[in-house]
Amino acid sequence: MQGTEKDLTALVQREYKEGFTTDIEADTLPPGLDEEVIRTISGKKAEPDFLLEWRLMAYRRWLEMKEPDWAQLHYPKIDLQDISYYSAPKQKKLLDSLDEVDPKLLETYEKLGIPLEEQKMLAGVRVAVDAVFDSVSVATTFKKTLSEAGVIFCPLSEAVKDCPELVHKYLGSVVPAGDNYFAALNSAVFSEGSFVYIPPGVRCPMELSTYFRINAMNTGQFERTLIIADEDSHVSYLEGCTAPMRDENQLHAAVVELVALKGAEIKYSTVQNWYPGDENGRGGIYNFVTKRGACKGKRAKISWTQVETGSAITWKYPSVVLEGDDSIGEFYSVALTNNYQQADTGTKMVHIGKNARSTIISKGISAGHGQNSYRGLVKVLKGAEKARNYSQCDSLLMGSTCGAHTFPYVEVRNPTAVVEHEATTSRIGEDQLFYCRQRGLSEEEAVSMIVNGFCKEVFKELPMEFAVEAQKLLGISLEGSVG
Amino acid sequence: MLSVRNLHAAVEGKAILNGINLEIGPGQVHAIMGPNGSGKSTLANVLAGRDHFEVTAGEVEFRGWDLLEMEPEIRAREGLFLAFQYPVEIPGVSNLHMLKAAVNAVRRHRGEEELNAMEFLKLIKQKAALVEMRQEFLYRSVNEGFSGGEKKRNEILQMAMFEPRLSVLDETDSGLDIDALKIVAQGVNSLRSSDRSILLVTHYQRLLDYIVPDFVHVLAHGKIIRSGDKDLALELERKGYSWVEDHAGAA
Repeated sequence: MQGTEKDLTALVQREYKEGFTTDIEADTLPPGLDEEVIRTISGKKAEPDFLLEWRLMAYRRWLEMKEPDWAQLHYPKIDLQDISYYSAPKQKKLLDSLDEVDPKLLETYEKLGIPLEEQKMLAGVRVAVDAVFDSVSVATTFKKTLSEAGVIFCPLSEAVKDCPELVHKYLGSVVPAGDNYFAALNSAVFSEGSFVYIPPGVRCPMELSTYFRINAMNTGQFERTLIIADEDSHVSYLEGCTAPMRDENQLHAAVVELVALKGAEIKYSTVQNWYPGDENGRGGIYNFVTKRGACKGKRAKISWTQVETGSAITWKYPSVVLEGDDSIGEFYSVALTNNYQQADTGTKMVHIGKNARSTIISKGISAGHGQNSYRGLVKVLKGAEKARNYSQCDSLLMGSTCGAHTFPYVEVRNPTAVVEHEATTSRIGEDQLFYCRQRGLSEEEAVSMIVNGFCKEVFKELPMEFAVEAQKLLGISLEGSVG
Repeated sequence: MLSVRNLHAAVEGKAILNGINLEIGPGQVHAIMGPNGSGKSTLANVLAGRDHFEVTAGEVEFRGWDLLEMEPEIRAREGLFLAFQYPVEIPGVSNLHMLKAAVNAVRRHRGEEELNAMEFLKLIKQKAALVEMRQEFLYRSVNEGFSGGEKKRNEILQMAMFEPRLSVLDETDSGLDIDALKIVAQGVNSLRSSDRSILLVTHYQRLLDYIVPDFVHVLAHGKIIRSGDKDLALELERKGYSWVEDHAGAA
């Protein structure tokens, strides 16, 4: 039995293929955080006054806040004065075409499997990409095609210049500057992120995606994404992320805000593959992210799908505030923790409007010494007539040194609500593995089949090309991982 | 086909098999009977290569190979099939998906073309009819929510898909009502041929009314204490296991 456990652990141990570093000259601020740093970041981006004021307000709020310690996570205190808050690859300003992007950057994305040349993408799947490298966006593809449909898809810093009224109206409208410690920090120092606006009645003609890459050392990434789906519009957005392998921990504190107006639908999918640290728990990204969507109008729908395989620490609760009547919130999650990874992740579904429905499907996989916690809140306010929630939290354990925890919170203030919660914990058994092998499948094929079966309900929510990537990440191709 | 010589095996240090000798020729059907705890299931699992069991002595030759040196999946791909006493559930993985992956893994190993979805579907529907299994079971997760009888029928369906050279049926009859038993037996009998062998592990004689063995062996305390033809099973049924055990002790 002992032998089998060891084998299982070896199977989920994959090489982190995205762990390389790009050698590029960068404009990096020295480590440390004070008002001057914030003014400098804002200045570098030539931001309007309202934004600088907002940043400073967030910073002052943050100074009065304490790092949260309620999560089931253990890590040494992060020295926030030891981090650089801005790093940008040096390149010519105002790029008109990809020809002007530093070839080293193009190469980096090529290596990551994210081609930025549109003609290359046309051959395959049409996905528009915003590529964010450390603190800046290096390229956004298909802008033209999208603008013909009236869709705005650009780096947030560009949106601040091109459509400041939209930014002013919605930035911080879902996740306020002082929402929590990490969101406040992000509001003060965020450097880049993507901005999306879908006009009324428009179905976005292609998938939109942002690919985040941390490269520079001792740099935090603080991106901020804002997606606005105007009335009766529809958009599907994908987010991917990787980082080099380093012995130090790096902080990633992002904020994502989604606004769905009457009848609009936003589908937000993440495949999170930040560097998880090595097998002894050294290095890896600290991922403290605030993601929240607001269904502002009637029949609005927001759906979060996440596959979390990376990061040393994951602290993330993509949530939906169901303000509109008949609105829908969904959360589908797969979180894998291996080696010494820790994840405390889940969602909040806040029912405000009438007849709103929410669904939570969470799948946690723990291997090695991984610790995986689901933390979820279903809150039904007084006026939320006939709220409905269904939650299902399943945990899969591989081996005996990992852990799975479930913390479901339910607050119901309306007697017409129906809230259901189901939870299971199972173990990949020697039984299942042997059964598959007796049918002729290799150990690798067996583990990947069992794990994928466990995650099936979540994977089917992902757009096709992302589902393939997610399956790969979870080990459908565990080449060379078995000794 | 299979040649077991002086096989000893232990579980967590406790000796279970104490010198098994068994020769199974092509086309033969052998039945191993014995009381609970005699080592019947251990023998089946050792042959399939479960690593929970430690082989402490002896050798096993399967179609000319040293079986004990082979990984479980290689044994399977070379034609050794185990119908499990307790078939395992795999949530979220459809019967169809698992079997297609497995059948193609076996075909790859043998240097045969993989079956495409259409070819596979045609084959499995044909085999499912053999064990009277409704098609909806093909789309359900492997053994999840199946009744005991359905699980056993699913094992025989898999056996039919792989067309193994040697099938080891580990108490496939346990927990089956008479109708299910007949269906299972019919499935197994349809696979009998001059180049396939079958090893039935069972507690009761009942199964042997439907799958008539060429040889019957009685296992006690990890050893075959008596061998004979199908009449031995009937005698055993009449006189009970204590009769052979006493008999063996006296001899």
